[in-house]
Amino acid sequence: MSVLVIAEHDGKQLKPGTTNTVTAAAKIGGDITILVAGHQCADAAQAAAKVTGVRKVLLADAPHYAGAGAENITALVLTIAGQYTHILAPATGFGKNFMPRIAASLDVQQVSDISAVVSDDTFVRPIYAGNAMATVQSSDRIKVVTVRATGFDDAGAGGSAPVENLAAGPDTGLAKFNGQELSKSDRPELTAARIIVSGGRGMGSGENFKLLEALADKLGAAVGASRAAVDSGFVPNDYQVGQTGKIVAPELYIAVGISGAIQHLAGMKDSKVIIAINKDPEAPIFAVADYWLVEDLFKAVPELTQALA
Amino acid sequence: MKVLVTVKRVIDPYVKVRVKSDGSGVETANVKMAMNPFCEIAVEQAVRMKEAGVVTEIVVVSIGVQQCQETLRTAMAMGADRGILVETAAEVQPLAVAKLVKAIIDKEQPKLVIMGKQAIDDDSNQAGQMVSALLGWPQAAFTSAITVSGDTADVTREIDGGMEKLTITLPAVVTTDLRLNEPRYVTLPNIMKAKKKPLEVLKPEALGVDVAPRLKILKVEEPPKRSAGVKVADVQELVAKLKNEARVI
Ligand SMILES: Cc1cc2nc3c(=O)[nH]c(=O)nc-3n(C[C@H](O)[C@H](O)[C@H](O)COP(=O)(O)OP(=O)(O)OC[C@H]3O[C@@H](n4cnc5c(N)ncnc54)[C@H](O)[C@@H]3O)c2cc1C
Ligand SMILES: Nc1ncnc2c1ncn2[C@@H]1O[C@H](COP(=O)(O)O)[C@@H](O)[C@H]1O
Repeated sequence: MSVLVIAEHDGKQLKPGTTNTVTAAAKIGGDITILVAGHQCADAAQAAAKVTGVRKVLLADAPHYAGAGAENITALVLTIAGQYTHILAPATGFGKNFMPRIAASLDVQQVSDISAVVSDDTFVRPIYAGNAMATVQSSDRIKVVTVRATGFDDAGAGGSAPVENLAAGPDTGLAKFNGQELSKSDRPELTAARIIVSGGRGMGSGENFKLLEALADKLGAAVGASRAAVDSGFVPNDYQVGQTGKIVAPELYIAVGISGAIQHLAGMKDSKVIIAINKDPEAPIFAVADYWLVEDLFKAVPELTQALA
Repeated sequence: MKVLVTVKRVIDPYVKVRVKSDGSGVETANVKMAMNPFCEIAVEQAVRMKEAGVVTEIVVVSIGVQQCQETLRTAMAMGADRGILVETAAEVQPLAVAKLVKAIIDKEQPKLVIMGKQAIDDDSNQAGQMVSALLGWPQAAFTSAITVSGDTADVTREIDGGMEKLTITLPAVVTTDLRLNEPRYVTLPNIMKAKKKPLEVLKPEALGVDVAPRLKILKVEEPPKRSAGVKVADVQELVAKLKNEARVI
């Protein structure tokens, strides 16, 4: 078996989900190759070479991979797909965008968002917002799989694989990349954070998120949100945790003013320890919380921040 | 320009899903069904573009059991012009959905295809990207804004760190994210009007597509349950538990 893992990176470093995807690849077995495609991303290829268990790194560096457009990434992967039994990528906004395009081009039914590997053709994946777990077996010649990072450990950095250049594929010219607007923050990324403080509609305003930021700063935590908080314009969309936002599983998740709709739970219920602060004693979030406090958040959050001083 | 929109019939997002005790799937008998929320957003987008004079005709397509006709009628009550049902009682996985949708696109020749980013039952997040792959068209997945001008569309996509902007040439496939728009409620007069709109029913074989599943579902189980938590009286007790019991801070 030979597994191709498509790396998510920022040109310099690998993004969190990539090393977890390598662990999923190792569970499948066989040789692992990482593909780093991008523009000016040699440093990311060097980082990929250090991931434990990787046999080889392929570097495809060309201007038309800036932004990792689905059409061009697919065209590139198709030039080498025949050499692999499995093609994996993290089930993040990055992987979800182009993996189905690769799969359909190969006439393969992709397996999305796996949380466990049973064997080289059988995987477990959550369906219905994580309310059910399906074990599925693929009959396709090449398995195209996206990997839920929270289901697998970080592979670690103990390797020294060779980096080979891979000739760029065609520029399909189908889409023009006009840039990204990334939210800037000094806090850890949601999907990599050890602690997350998340706010919901109960926060009342974007201004009030400062209370959570103060708490997050004390804990070295990332700040997340429910969809209601995002839709109300309190915080940017990339804060959203849930079925259709980010899937997280930190050591500690603190849910503040969040009711606990199934779509929100879908994104955080695998966290190790969950705390909920809500003034409603009936809030469904309490059903998944390890510790819950029925109190007004405007009283409880500053007190908690204070207590951690 | 003509727009094609796909709509999937799914278990209502606010219904508590129950896994069948024989592990064959989830309980769907006597369960409230609804249009997949992302497909509602797709229909709304097409209707707004028609209201703005950019779109001339909206064709909605659904694949599934006979009752999907209700979903198509809802889309027509929102403002779609006609519906096509590819009727089958079999489980149709995203690759087969994409092939069926492609076959209809080959006949209908729309300039823009709008699909939901994900079906909230299988949570696959595949079919839209697959349709554009099969056609060799550009794609814009997870869009939160679309402006069409002539033969191109400017789109804003939601990505993990924020937003991304693309210009794609038409024809193209876009898939909707939650913040693209807020779908309208259907009104009684529009429901009545929708009953008279044309609805064609086809079989997958008529489109020459093999819908046999490639993924075999071996079993469906309940997710692991979290053990019951404890209520704490105040912040002091909470901090003590975190430090001494959970040891996470
Ligand atoms: C297709 C689909 C996808 C979705 N995807 C997601 C997703 O990915 N993520 C997500 O989060 N949601 C998602 N949702 C939305 C979800 O169904 C809920 O609407 C949303 O999670 C509710 O957010 P909330 O808990 O912040 O708001 P609410 O449900 O309004 O809850 C607010 C809570 O704050 C509490 N509160 C208010 N004031 C205070 C106070 N002063 N002190 C303490 N507590 C207070 C209230 O008691 C209440 O429990 C999705 C929905 C659909 C249909
Ligand atoms: N059976 C179906 N009928 C109509 N549209 C579908 C069907 N299955 C999937 N789709 C469309 O494809 C999108 C993505 O679905 P999925 O890849 O299953 O998550 C959905 O939001 C729908 O717009």
